[in-house]
Amino acid sequence: MTQQSLWQFISDQHDKLLTQITQHLGLTFLSLFLAIIVGLPLGILIARKRKLSGSVLGIAGVLQTIPSIALLGFMIPAFGIGATPAIVALLIYALLPIIRNTYTGITGVNPAILEAAKAMGMNRKQLLFKVELPLAMPVIIAGIRTAAVINVGVATLASFVAAGGLGEFIFGGISLNNTNMILAGAIPAALLAVLLDKIIAVFQKFKYHDLEKLKYIIPAIFIVAGVVYFLTSKSESKIKAGFTPEFMGRQDGDLGLRSVYGLNANPKVVNDAVMYKAAYEGELDLISGYSTDGRIKAFDLYVLEDDKKIFPPYFAAPIIKTKTLVKFPELEKTLDLLAGKLNDSIMTDLNYKSDNLNQTPEKIAKDFLIKNNLYKVSNNGNSGTIRIGSKIFGEQYILGEMYKMLIEGYTNYRVETKTGLGGTKICFDALMNDAIDFYPEYTGTGLLVLLKTDEQTLSIVTKSAENTYQYVNSEFQKQYGIQWLKPLGFNNSYALMMRKKQAEELKIKTISDLKNYLNSK
Amino acid sequence: MIKVESVSKSFDGKHAVDDISFQANEKEILVLLGTSGCGKTTTLKMINRLIEADSGTILIDGKNIRDRKVEDLRMGIGFVMQNSGLFPHYTIRENIATVPNLLKWDKKKIEDRTHELLTKLNLSSDILTRFPSELSGGQQQRVGIARALIANSPILLMDEPFGALDNITKADIHSEFKSLEELKNKTIILVTHDVQEAFELGHRICLMDRGKIIQTGTPKEILYDPKNDFVKEFFSSNRLLLEYKTTILKDLQPFLGDFQLNLPEDSNVWNSLQELSLDSQKTEHYERLVKAFNEYRKRQIV
Repeated sequence: MTQQSLWQFISDQHDKLLTQITQHLGLTFLSLFLAIIVGLPLGILIARKRKLSGSVLGIAGVLQTIPSIALLGFMIPAFGIGATPAIVALLIYALLPIIRNTYTGITGVNPAILEAAKAMGMNRKQLLFKVELPLAMPVIIAGIRTAAVINVGVATLASFVAAGGLGEFIFGGISLNNTNMILAGAIPAALLAVLLDKIIAVFQKFKYHDLEKLKYIIPAIFIVAGVVYFLTSKSESKIKAGFTPEFMGRQDGDLGLRSVYGLNANPKVVNDAVMYKAAYEGELDLISGYSTDGRIKAFDLYVLEDDKKIFPPYFAAPIIKTKTLVKFPELEKTLDLLAGKLNDSIMTDLNYKSDNLNQTPEKIAKDFLIKNNLYKVSNNGNSGTIRIGSKIFGEQYILGEMYKMLIEGYTNYRVETKTGLGGTKICFDALMNDAIDFYPEYTGTGLLVLLKTDEQTLSIVTKSAENTYQYVNSEFQKQYGIQWLKPLGFNNSYALMMRKKQAEELKIKTISDLKNYLNSK
Repeated sequence: MIKVESVSKSFDGKHAVDDISFQANEKEILVLLGTSGCGKTTTLKMINRLIEADSGTILIDGKNIRDRKVEDLRMGIGFVMQNSGLFPHYTIRENIATVPNLLKWDKKKIEDRTHELLTKLNLSSDILTRFPSELSGGQQQRVGIARALIANSPILLMDEPFGALDNITKADIHSEFKSLEELKNKTIILVTHDVQEAFELGHRICLMDRGKIIQTGTPKEILYDPKNDFVKEFFSSNRLLLEYKTTILKDLQPFLGDFQLNLPEDSNVWNSLQELSLDSQKTEHYERLVKAFNEYRKRQIV
């Protein structure tokens, strides 16, 4: 993680980086432009009709407080995925500062000046354009400045809905345990924010007359940025592919598809929370997913056969530091209660309950434990606290709950759950830094993401799931002092999937079929 | 000519202006004088409809001001306000040209008229490219007057126009103001709380109190023929000064006999005494003038 390797990463990936910066700026400018078009008139309106100001500012304020991820979530049913929901979400965030500052700016104009203007015989329109707006301009521009900085930040989340931007590197880096990748996204994003802030600050100091000269140039900049954005994010493929940031950077993912199958699906980066639904609704045709995901069943998706075996099966098992096992002697045998109790179809079914029947992880976990005669009422013990981590998807929540119930039922330890720890990197770093004691991990992720095994070793250890397990367990103990406990029993692997109907229509059964289809004509 | 007939205005049920009537004639400066809150500014602003009257009528040259489009009405009335009211984002050139720009005059005409006014108001044309904040208070006020005069409107309303100036600047502007040819043909209504200013500039004075006009008359009438105790009281603190200032040498002619002061006969006693007191050779002139004034005064008060 030295500085040099960051430069190496950036120079290797400069094409991608440039595209992402362009997309990021495009998203920011376009949404800012729309926010000005909407916000400025609204601000003027409420400055004229002060009675409306409370409700308009109130609504804009409430919209502002919606967490950005949740807002993007709300956007998907209405706008699907891609640029539209991202721009609408950004627009909403930019609205409040623009409306509020327009309102404050106009209402703050010295009443004596307004009276003079009226006494000269100006009508309402002249009053607005010749006096109120010019005098309010510094305050309005300050609002636009705030909005621009907010938007550069929030635009990193656009990659969740396949709208591109620097979030692709940031969240990809988090999933792939690649600090250089995170920095390659985060540093430009921060620089963009600072730069935009400074540039707009220059306009703020301009005299009104200079601004008037710029009134055609500025919208032109916005529009050019928008056009460039749409050009860079347009994909020419017959099939719209959307992969998670983690899949994009893994050997058993997009890299493997390109090197082993020669398949370039021209994928967009998308968050796995929205990916399945987008495939179901036809926003995407090809997605990366997990073989045990409940949504495969729910959305009637077809898993393409991996005829060249680039997605080896992997075990799921809790990983924990050896010294933690020593500190909590009861822990290992309690965690092992779950070993081998889950197979692929059981896990898929549990995920289905969570993802589609909307049952809570607690209920699913409890039902499962009761069914397997493992459930015991909590002892409410307090001889030490175990902190369980989990990544931010359904399966991990369910497993976390099961472990919680087991530990509380079979030991005197207390449990604290730290769920939803973003991607692999966040979970693993939390474990390394003793912020959590254990979390369920997959041997494939351990092998490819955490250990960064070279290709030669890979071809040997991925011959079977057991081999992989043995290898990661010994390497983890050696390198990190972390043990892989007994596997839970189900195999999880990456998979490529399409809508069943489309796959049948196109007669695509295997990944090779897909490649042939894409290369035809 | 402006005619105000039975005009009233209340704010929140409180009478600000209570059934007042007066008239400002052509070529006349009418001063609305009173303490703050007496309704004088409200009265003024009702004439260009910055404030709408509750009842009563206001006629300009016989036409009701409500029958005209409010913007047209205002463009035809020059307005000068306290603290100049200049637009801070406009240069001085643009400030002066505000009304001509609204009226869409051609550029040459605006430029010529601007320079004409600058000369008359003793302003340098260097200031045209500057902004109001870069000017002194006196300069700002002159620009404010230029802005009000540029469109040649026959009516000028002035709301405490010199209220924010220091005494020396104020005295300078007063004398310029009185000698300004541009103003001689206009109907001017000037609002002030400054008694000396009212006497200095006004042809006639309307003394107002609590929304009503107490007395209207020339300075001399108000001074020597007060309608009631309020009027008498109002001027008591600088009465003598006002008397010196309202009396001109011509008034004293009968009491001076054939003694020659060699001063213009329309200059007032105060200024004449000032001038004589500077010259030690003219002690006798000074004493004669004081004596004549005292005799004149005795006659007036009776």
